[in-house]
Amino acid sequence: MKSLLIKGGRVIDPANHVDEVRDVFIAESKIVASAQDAEVIDARGKIVTPGLIDMHVHLREPGRGDKETVETGTRCAARGGFTSIVCMPNTTPAADNTGTIAFIRQRVAEVGCVNVFPTGAISKELKGEELAPIGSLKKAGIVALTDDGHCVQSNDLMRRAVEYAKMFNLPVLDHCQDYSLVADGVVHEGYWSAALGLRGWPATGEDVIVARNVLLAELTDWWIHCQHISSARSVQLIREAKRRGVKISAEACPHHFTMTDGCVKAYETNFKMNPPLRTEHDRDGILEGLADGTIDCIASDHAPHCTYEKEVEFDLAPFGIIGLETELALSLELVRKKVLTLPALIERFTTKPATLLRLNKGTLSMGADADVTIIDPEIEWTYDVTQSASKSRNSPFHGWQMRGKAERTIVGGVTKFP
Amino acid sequence: MDAVAIERALSRVAHEIVERNPDEESLTLVGIRTRGVPLARRLAANIGSILGRAIATGELDITMHRDDLALRETLPRVGPSDISFDVNDRTLVLVDDVLFTGRTIRAALDELSDFGRPRRIQLAILVDRGHRELPIRPDFVGKNVPTALNERIRVRLVEVDGKDEVLLER
Amino acid sequence: MNTTWRHKDLLGIQELTAEEITFLLDTAAAFKQVGERSIKKVPSLRGKTLVNLFIEPSTRTRTSFELAAKRLSADVININTTASSLVKGETLKDTALNLQALNADIIVIRHSAAGAPHFLARFLKASIINAGDGAHEHPTQALLDAFTIREHKGRIDGLNVTILGDILYSRVARSNIWLLTKLGARVTLAGPSTLVPRVFEQFGCRVVHDIETAIGDADVINLLRIQHERQRKTMFPSIGEYTAMFGLNKDRFARTKPDALIMHPGPINRGVEIDSEIADCDRSVILEQVTNGLAVRMAVLFVCSGGQL
Repeated sequence: MKSLLIKGGRVIDPANHVDEVRDVFIAESKIVASAQDAEVIDARGKIVTPGLIDMHVHLREPGRGDKETVETGTRCAARGGFTSIVCMPNTTPAADNTGTIAFIRQRVAEVGCVNVFPTGAISKELKGEELAPIGSLKKAGIVALTDDGHCVQSNDLMRRAVEYAKMFNLPVLDHCQDYSLVADGVVHEGYWSAALGLRGWPATGEDVIVARNVLLAELTDWWIHCQHISSARSVQLIREAKRRGVKISAEACPHHFTMTDGCVKAYETNFKMNPPLRTEHDRDGILEGLADGTIDCIASDHAPHCTYEKEVEFDLAPFGIIGLETELALSLELVRKKVLTLPALIERFTTKPATLLRLNKGTLSMGADADVTIIDPEIEWTYDVTQSASKSRNSPFHGWQMRGKAERTIVGGVTKFP
Repeated sequence: MDAVAIERALSRVAHEIVERNPDEESLTLVGIRTRGVPLARRLAANIGSILGRAIATGELDITMHRDDLALRETLPRVGPSDISFDVNDRTLVLVDDVLFTGRTIRAALDELSDFGRPRRIQLAILVDRGHRELPIRPDFVGKNVPTALNERIRVRLVEVDGKDEVLLER
Repeated sequence: MNTTWRHKDLLGIQELTAEEITFLLDTAAAFKQVGERSIKKVPSLRGKTLVNLFIEPSTRTRTSFELAAKRLSADVININTTASSLVKGETLKDTALNLQALNADIIVIRHSAAGAPHFLARFLKASIINAGDGAHEHPTQALLDAFTIREHKGRIDGLNVTILGDILYSRVARSNIWLLTKLGARVTLAGPSTLVPRVFEQFGCRVVHDIETAIGDADVINLLRIQHERQRKTMFPSIGEYTAMFGLNKDRFARTKPDALIMHPGPINRGVEIDSEIADCDRSVILEQVTNGLAVRMAVLFVCSGGQL
């Protein structure tokens, strides 16, 4: 394998407090101090970061390879600038058994082009009734527990799951949704649900579970991570809990800090996701949470669905949009809007998720894995979903003018994109 | 035609109608919207003073029966028709301002038959400009004005436009 | 004189201007007269095919549209299916494309999912007429309600109109709210606080939760049907409690203005939202609404598909 010299880029490596123009050397798939006969990659004018991590991706294999596969999903990740992704357990069969984990890891080894870290289910079949075989799942290689797609409703079961997970050093990720408050809601409960005659998903349905997670994290003294936060009140609850030193963390998705519930007014199902787009006030709350660190990570919740599944009446369409390829550009807007500095933004994709999940990733330290993302922050491009690497086309950003893109994605010293 | 000419024509037409229908108890005038309506009312007044009794009138909006609706990009405004008498077995005189292709009259005949079965229908027209596309002919004509297809006859009446005149526009 | 109506579909009242609404009401007046002739048929839609695509069943609305179409000389096909058979078998999109392949000119759709007509309008060339989509809108109902009010009161502007009942789940309420506020009426919504949430104040309405305030100065009282099915069981405890608090009974009726109109989209629950005698009294225009529904639907069909839009 050739050595690489990434020359003259602005290197932002939050783990080592680096933000300056310098060279990065790669040899034998590791970051090294220098290397001979290195192939030179000109990175002048570009940003060079540790390979970005997306901790919320649905790869759909096993079971729904028609929506996405390990191969196509990881290719999306590479195109988006991500060298490591964390995949969710709501596959068919669910990742509540070692067989599914083994299958995923095997597929990744065969056709995956970025690092994939699987999560395991909290409960059997994600039903929220009995614990999944957490110990065995840990041995099989999961990095966290989650029932994502679903949410454990029984506070007692959630408490026991978190206590049990502590033994294995596994953080618990939670898709915060109270089923009884949310019922069959499909859009944020507010002005637009009233105007459109669609059932509402009140923000309180998320807040209530975030609050219970805060209290359980306190009770068990262990890490609970609240996924895809969409409500300003949830941000406030998490902020207050962090001040008290509770082991709580949070992530937000680009669509929740970019769009609001008014987008649904034409009943376009590419604006239907769970949790839903909410009001300007909620969006502003997320931006504040990102700015002051209450929200630790940014993740895509990349959720592919076949076109025929989405091209139905709004009530019947599945929730979710793809997002790996647009995530970086939308996040760079936060820097332009002065919500975050560029290094702080990069933290959200590197040190924060790596620390939370205890991954040996997200840094350019000497001897670290040579996962590097080279970003062109100024390039203007139009997102054409028909050219996506995903098998699916469910994106609301088709046709959007974007600024900033991953120019090159290097995984273990090998260029995986372009 | 100026206002005086219009008045004289209507007076002559009124006499012709009476002459043609000497014993008609049920004589009724039906004006085709828009300008046929005030013309019908004026004729009814004239005939009324000749015969010494009131003559009934009605109004017809033929939009729903037009034969060119499917060809149009935007639709003409529809208004209600007002035929408050029983048309069955009655002598009706349809009244309109300009007779051109004859299609308006065809639509009017169709619409009238939706109301019942008149004994007979006659046609009174202020101006006949020729270029019939259907076999329709008027019984009573105010004035014959031969025209070219690219010309227009513009009728203005006091009740609708504020003054009486008939103009030929090229 | 030509119109400026340029919509091939009628998906809702929300997107119409006050002028467009008034135009539809005026056109309906002309078509009402057709129903009073001995031959109740005009040839305006001759040769056009109208499909009643009723995914959510309804006999009254479907019959009304069918009769309206036939009076315009259109050919009518009725497709009644339940949502579940669509889910098990053909998708709505496929059903609609099949109808397009048969050159249907107008599709009247009633569906339990809000936005279903908008979904069809996106890919079909036919005129799409919304006959009720979930809790979203029922535009022809609001139009016939307004037509009825106008016939009795001469206007909509400045009137106090109260809509009483389950507003949250009602498409009739929503369409009426849009229409009445656009035409300048003062709208009061009344019912249990769970079914008439404050968010509706953002639509320019007054929201009250006691019937006395709601009907005291109303010129028009529009009663909605109340149901106690699955979705509403957590919203109020029983029909009995609803009737006791919000039913229009004799005592309450006696306290309404002497010329206040009583309206109801039907079918009525006698003894629940309205006392039996009041439904039949001379201030009740419930049956006129049905007659006017026919005229309004003829006008809508004529205007959306009579030309070449």
